[in-house]
Amino acid sequence: MIEAVLKPGGDAATALYIVAFSLFIIGIKQGTHPTTAKRGNLIAAAGMAVAVVTTLLLDGMGNWGLIALGLGIGTAIGVIASIRVQMTEMPQMVALYNGVGGGAVALIAWSEIRHGISLGEDFPLDSLIPVIFAGIVGSVSFWGSNIAFAKLQDLIPTRPIAAPGQQVINAVLLLAIIVISVVLAVDHESPSQGLFILLLVLAAILGNLVVLPIGGADMPVVISLLNAFTGLSAAAAGFALDNVALIVAGTLVGSSGTILTMEMATAMNRSVSNILFSGFGGAPSGGGGGSTEERPHVSIGAQDAAIKLAYADSVVIVPGYGLAVAQAQHAIKEVADELEKRGVTVNYAIHPVAGRMPGHMNVLLAEADVPYENLKEMEEINPEMPRTDVAVVVGANDVTNPAAKNDPDSPIAGMPIIEVNEAQQVIVIKRSLSPGFAGIDNDLFYEPNTSMLFADAKAAAAEIAAEIGNL
Amino acid sequence: MSLMTEITIFVLAVFVGFEVISKVPTTLHTPLMSQTNAIHGIVMLGGLIVVGFANDGVEYVIGTIAIAFGAINIVGGFMVTDRMLGMFSRKPRPKADAEAKKGAG
Repeated sequence: MIEAVLKPGGDAATALYIVAFSLFIIGIKQGTHPTTAKRGNLIAAAGMAVAVVTTLLLDGMGNWGLIALGLGIGTAIGVIASIRVQMTEMPQMVALYNGVGGGAVALIAWSEIRHGISLGEDFPLDSLIPVIFAGIVGSVSFWGSNIAFAKLQDLIPTRPIAAPGQQVINAVLLLAIIVISVVLAVDHESPSQGLFILLLVLAAILGNLVVLPIGGADMPVVISLLNAFTGLSAAAAGFALDNVALIVAGTLVGSSGTILTMEMATAMNRSVSNILFSGFGGAPSGGGGGSTEERPHVSIGAQDAAIKLAYADSVVIVPGYGLAVAQAQHAIKEVADELEKRGVTVNYAIHPVAGRMPGHMNVLLAEADVPYENLKEMEEINPEMPRTDVAVVVGANDVTNPAAKNDPDSPIAGMPIIEVNEAQQVIVIKRSLSPGFAGIDNDLFYEPNTSMLFADAKAAAAEIAAEIGNL
Repeated sequence: MSLMTEITIFVLAVFVGFEVISKVPTTLHTPLMSQTNAIHGIVMLGGLIVVGFANDGVEYVIGTIAIAFGAINIVGGFMVTDRMLGMFSRKPRPKADAEAKKGAG
């Protein structure tokens, strides 16, 4: 069908790959502003099309039936999944796509090893080392992402799951992986395929064990980190296959994932290794925990909340993961619309780690047509808090806990928070007093100026909007 | 390509990546992640090359799965990013429209 024209590794193919990665960079650059980002994504997709077509045109390519089969199955799944997915489910979707990418890298590394061995020649180290790296990181990323997906999709418990001696097991696994890698590299004249498969398996176990103990609130960090991992493993595959498009594209993704990981960790005032290895929230917490149900709190209904809001001058809405779970973004926007009709200023305070991936809340609120100018970052909104009449916390918990500032013994001590307790009044919409993912009680709920509205966020917001309309 | 040339490309790409990506605002971090996610689907090229030049049963299977994985990653990643960004770029419009489009959930 297609006349193969390009010499593998030849100038024409390489030139087209250079075009492809240039389009990726232009695409990401356009992503710096909401109005150009959509076009940027199309440009990056065009770059991908150039890269794929170039590869298909390489001289000597065959097995078109299998290629069509793989492309067909993958495209069908990708199309269906991306049309069906709800905006609230975006973190698990990204985790899943990230996982399959990592899986592809690990499989390609495996077949490169097989191919190299079948030639019966000395395996050059400048391909063997990247192949080993790609195999390990791809496998960790595949399994780690799948666990992250399963946790976000509630297929397995979101609470941290950890065996005793977890750290020791992980350390032993990592050591074994390093030793086997060295053995493989030293034996580069005839590396053993069996050892390489063992390496993939150990990396798979490590990927599972590292992500299983991580609680839901730390997911933004984990997803960013796994994204960086898959990118770097793709770059390593590029070294092995001598493919510039893979090297540049993989490295770009590695940079992006690394930047986001560091930003998320900074926003939680914790180091990446602390997040990965501490099993935060697994153990019963010390500070502020304990007898949750005993402490006095004020509980109100939707009508009271509506009155508080309607007669305020300025309202700040603080969304969290609970907003996503309840799919409450449209209902909240209705409340904001009703308030704005009455001349109330409404802003949204977005904590950097609110939700389960970087920027999660922004996407949900954009879906509900909230103008992005009204989405305020933490540093921007905190100085405004004392001048805010009512702060409404919807499905957020740990990111509003004043214990982070006041209680040096709290597990979240030092984490920057949205200072809703500084507002004149606080309304917390929440199902119960139960603690958030960090497993810590929230002192905010018991402050004298805090009112609790116990309800499903979506139902409560719809009711409040109706009540404001009736006033 | 020599190893040193590849390392040069890699190091330059690290700097380009940090330069470009650190300018993306927080609001767009989810689409950014989803788009870069789609971009690492480029490993599918490796799968294409494996299958395209394979002559062994195991490689057929491994490579075809790798192509399918890569295609999910690429197609799904770019499409979902497009859907998300559509929400950011669209002008405020009558609420009924947004409500009508929203599925059960």
